[in-house]
Amino acid sequence: MLVRNRNNVVVTGREGGPTVVLAHGFGCDQQMWRHVAAEIGQWARLVLFDHVGSGQADPTAWDADRYASLDGYADDVLSICQDLDLQQPIFVGHSVSSSIGVLAANREPDRFSALVLVTPSPCYIDDENYRGGFTRDDIDDLLGSLESNYLGWSSSMAPLIMGNPERPELGEELTASFCRTDPAMAQVFARATFLSDNRADLAAVRVPTLILQCAQDAIAPPEVGAFVHAQIAGSRLVTLDATGHCPQLSAPEATAAAITSFVRAAYR
Amino acid sequence: MTATAGHDPHGQGPGDHRSARPSEAGFPALLEDNLEDLYENAPCGYLSTLLDGTIAKINGTLLAWLGYRREELVGRRRFSDLLTGGGRIYHETHFAPMLAMQGEIGGVSLELRTRDGSRIPVLVTSIVKAGSEGQPQLIRTAIFDAKMRRAYERELLDARKAAEREDERLRHLVGKLQRSLLPAVLQTPPGLDSAAYYRAASTDQVGGDFYDLFPLVDGRWGFFLGDVSGKGVEAAAVTALARYTLRAATVYNPDPAAALHNLNTVLWQEYREDARYCTVVFGILTSTTAVGGFTAIIASGGHPEPLLLRADGSIHYHPTKGRIVGAFPNSRYTNTTVVVNPGDTLLLYSDGLTEARPVGSETADGRYGAAALARFARSLAPAPAAAAVAAIIDLLDTFGTGLTDDTAVLAIGAPPHRY
Repeated sequence: MLVRNRNNVVVTGREGGPTVVLAHGFGCDQQMWRHVAAEIGQWARLVLFDHVGSGQADPTAWDADRYASLDGYADDVLSICQDLDLQQPIFVGHSVSSSIGVLAANREPDRFSALVLVTPSPCYIDDENYRGGFTRDDIDDLLGSLESNYLGWSSSMAPLIMGNPERPELGEELTASFCRTDPAMAQVFARATFLSDNRADLAAVRVPTLILQCAQDAIAPPEVGAFVHAQIAGSRLVTLDATGHCPQLSAPEATAAAITSFVRAAYR
Repeated sequence: MTATAGHDPHGQGPGDHRSARPSEAGFPALLEDNLEDLYENAPCGYLSTLLDGTIAKINGTLLAWLGYRREELVGRRRFSDLLTGGGRIYHETHFAPMLAMQGEIGGVSLELRTRDGSRIPVLVTSIVKAGSEGQPQLIRTAIFDAKMRRAYERELLDARKAAEREDERLRHLVGKLQRSLLPAVLQTPPGLDSAAYYRAASTDQVGGDFYDLFPLVDGRWGFFLGDVSGKGVEAAAVTALARYTLRAATVYNPDPAAALHNLNTVLWQEYREDARYCTVVFGILTSTTAVGGFTAIIASGGHPEPLLLRADGSIHYHPTKGRIVGAFPNSRYTNTTVVVNPGDTLLLYSDGLTEARPVGSETADGRYGAAALARFARSLAPAPAAAAVAAIIDLLDTFGTGLTDDTAVLAIGAPPHRY
């Protein structure tokens, strides 16, 4: 299977610019980056993709065992880089893709020139002195709802996702895939996302790293951003004046500006 | 403005109001002109939030459901604070991004957490209210009680799980029954090689193909491959009958034509009402130890002709005659002889292979066909039994959904001379 088809890889942006790989998190797909991509695509060559099990990735590539751990997703990221022969790209990962990027960067330390971790959380569950923001019960609640709520996901969501006459600029193919998730795949991805503990992997990161967090984030609270910052030597932490877990949607200009100035500094 | 659920803050106006519209005097239900009351005491929850989720306005119905006072929420809490932990994640990872991308989202199942910690299943619909320039200003959300629906969904889920368990049990039974109709381990006559393969078109129905290869008391070996009409339990009963009738026949009279005649009589007597019949190739082989190959006496009842893959790379359809077994009262069968020399392989197969409809087939009827099989066999020959069967498995894989019937293959080969 071609890696490009498997992960619905899209290459766009400025030819000859530094390469930026944009990885979406749990819940949506590469469309999540559309506003940010419009900004940083002016100076960067962008590589967008969908994780297997999300968006327009090839559903036949799904393998419940392979994608039960974040290593499976990290393997895919590295194979995309190899397949496209990307030379020292900057990896930008949102949410769980921050952890996926950290795993990939540690596996091949010379692969990436820099990491940008957008609202990262290496561990979502509270643990002694560490505050991840959630209890195990919260996560079980989510996983349970993915199972019991499949009607709400597969049927109720679909009609709305299809077509949006008021906003024709969101093409049908976009709205058809955005956030539509096969509940069985979503459950495996959710398990891998919310039950993983990658705190110990942070200290091994050796590439320049930017951490972007939101002032108000119900999923990755500021303490978590601070923890990641403290664990990755030499990392930079920027707190955006934004709300929610997805600054690329709630504050796309600020998000793009933060990435741009970090890369400028790194390439100087 | 301190409206609460169940209390109408405005009440009914003075008497002059009534006299102004005498026609409505007898129908107070038509006096639905109190918008504040319509909002506060609507049969669903209403909530307006700022773009960051902060609650700006909330109606009495929702406050009553949640058990909060207005001042505890407005300006102090966000919508996602009202959700359960799992719902909060769902809200942040799906709901909010979709709302931001599309400007609306509807019918999403979430659970509210009330002040006392209990949960209310709800359906949530939100739209982004835009200003005159199109810039987003507020999010308006309507929340419907979904207790009944959730209970119904749970019943559906339970029913689905029960159905999946039943399905699993059925597959298990079918698999077991199917295996009981095929040899557990294929035996191989001394000095020869053999291989077989069976692919059921369906996992929830017993297929109708069967084969066997077994020693007779005098050193000869019997073999057959057949295909019973239909599928399922009825076909399985016929398959079992055919298989054991053929094996039993060889005990007292090892003659293929006689065995088929016998089977024809049995099937006709048992199943003519149900139009159950089968096609089958039945043979008895004798090793020619001096030469290294074998000769086989073969009879066929309406079955696709066996293929011989020869050591020199040529192939040969072995012609057979004989009517479908069990379809007519007095069918006659004739024996023919196949000589299988060292390096040759005899291949029996069911019509699932030739009748398959592979994507991109170039035949007039879209079937794979005997001609294509001959070409394929020529590309293989010479091939030992195991290699020939492995190649056919690969071929079947390429048919994909074009493979609509069960397929059985049995290959018996004579190893090439060793000089």
